[in-house]
Amino acid sequence: MLKKTPLFETHKRLGAKIIEFGPWLMPLYYTSIVDEHNTVRNRVGLFDVSHMGEFNIRGKDALAFVQRLITNDASYLDNNQVLYTPMCNDKGTIIDDLLVYKFSDEHFMFVVNASNIEKDYKWIEGVVKRFGKDIVLKDISDETPLLALQGPKSQETLQKVTDLDLSQIKYYWFQKGMIEEIQVIISRTGYTGEDGFEIYIKPEYAPKVWNKILEVGKEEGIKPIGLGARDTLRLECAMLLYGNDMDETRTPLETNIAWTVKSDKENFIGEEALLKQKEEGIKQKLIGFELLERGIPRHNYPILKNREKIGIVTSGGFSPTLKKGIGLGYVKTDFSKEGTEIQIQIREKLVKAQIVKIPFYRRK
Amino acid sequence: MEIPKELKYAKTHEWIKVEKEMGTVGITDYAQEQLTDVVFVELPQIGKVVSKGEAVAVVESVKSVSDIYAPVSSEVTGVNKELENNPGLINKEPYGKGWIFKLKMKDPKELDSLLSAEEYEKTVTSDR
Repeated sequence: MLKKTPLFETHKRLGAKIIEFGPWLMPLYYTSIVDEHNTVRNRVGLFDVSHMGEFNIRGKDALAFVQRLITNDASYLDNNQVLYTPMCNDKGTIIDDLLVYKFSDEHFMFVVNASNIEKDYKWIEGVVKRFGKDIVLKDISDETPLLALQGPKSQETLQKVTDLDLSQIKYYWFQKGMIEEIQVIISRTGYTGEDGFEIYIKPEYAPKVWNKILEVGKEEGIKPIGLGARDTLRLECAMLLYGNDMDETRTPLETNIAWTVKSDKENFIGEEALLKQKEEGIKQKLIGFELLERGIPRHNYPILKNREKIGIVTSGGFSPTLKKGIGLGYVKTDFSKEGTEIQIQIREKLVKAQIVKIPFYRRK
Repeated sequence: MEIPKELKYAKTHEWIKVEKEMGTVGITDYAQEQLTDVVFVELPQIGKVVSKGEAVAVVESVKSVSDIYAPVSSEVTGVNKELENNPGLINKEPYGKGWIFKLKMKDPKELDSLLSAEEYEKTVTSDR
């Protein structure tokens, strides 16, 4: 059975091109991916990302439990703070990447990738059993729609409808508040590289909040944005996409999120394997590249050096901001230095590319 | 959606404009609308000989890669170099400046198997 978010009918009315994304029917774009991309870079855009999963984790020992699950260190978090982290298995490879919202030492919320909801839940449930203390895990995905308001004008737009002083919510913090008379959680987070917010609502209010934001954002030039632009926006910022750039064959140490592995914190799942990998040396590394010739790199295209295969593209596409082909991929560590000239095999052709510093785009 | 009467169409959404044994080929308004934002076009070599239905060029949008097929057996006689710098012409003027290649037909009788504007319109409206 295909799943619809509470905004499905709203998207159809807005003329969205709908695609199947895993089990979900989601908007790919409303007008054009490039136009929507530029709207978020220059003004403000509203996304329905209700397909994302949310779990509540509660218990007296919730903090210690979360610390076991994730590679990053949640012990530094204050209440109302958010943390980005991978969650690894015993082999140190990535089960998922997620956001951890801390309400208190006894209550956390995980926000996980849509395609991993069931897998993550089973994994965490298993860890609860081994943990041996009272932890209450609850999947609240279906009752937690999520909107993302992203772009340089997002604060101006959202401030018009909320009682919270948004200027007081720092990057990777959140607050409970109201939009009109509706209770929401607003965090300053996102997946676009722009300033912006993510808004957690109850299902019955999702259309109302969505419509209200689109209405008050008219002056700022707001547009609804589909998953197509979400992908090009995150790629320009070299934000990883689970299933493309990482999965259970990759460890965080091979990627640009190696900083999320905090080996000085208390024992966590995957720690030993990751320590061992660090000692033995990282054999493949995630790199970013841009094409020096015309062309568009895509997922699974081979990466070559002197006609020999040295790696594979995991995400690629046309960058609307840089107006050229860019991509992420893994190559043998010896070839991973910035400035290295490589080739991407596009159909039968070898197209010249160069390893560059990531992110490809950083906001001013 | 525009479907000019004077052109012939392939089920795979190419149009061909015929002048004697020469033809100009592009993709239809419907096709460009489905693709959205064309960002790259791979043009064929001039002189390339192709059979009807064979892939000649590639059009890439942000999201997808699509082959463009030869509507008739032919030899490629010209390509629209302008698309290399401005692939968006395919979106703006699919039947005009967004043409992709020119060809010389091998057997003009093959044109009979292509669709008229009315027939093409039927295939794309039933698609919807």
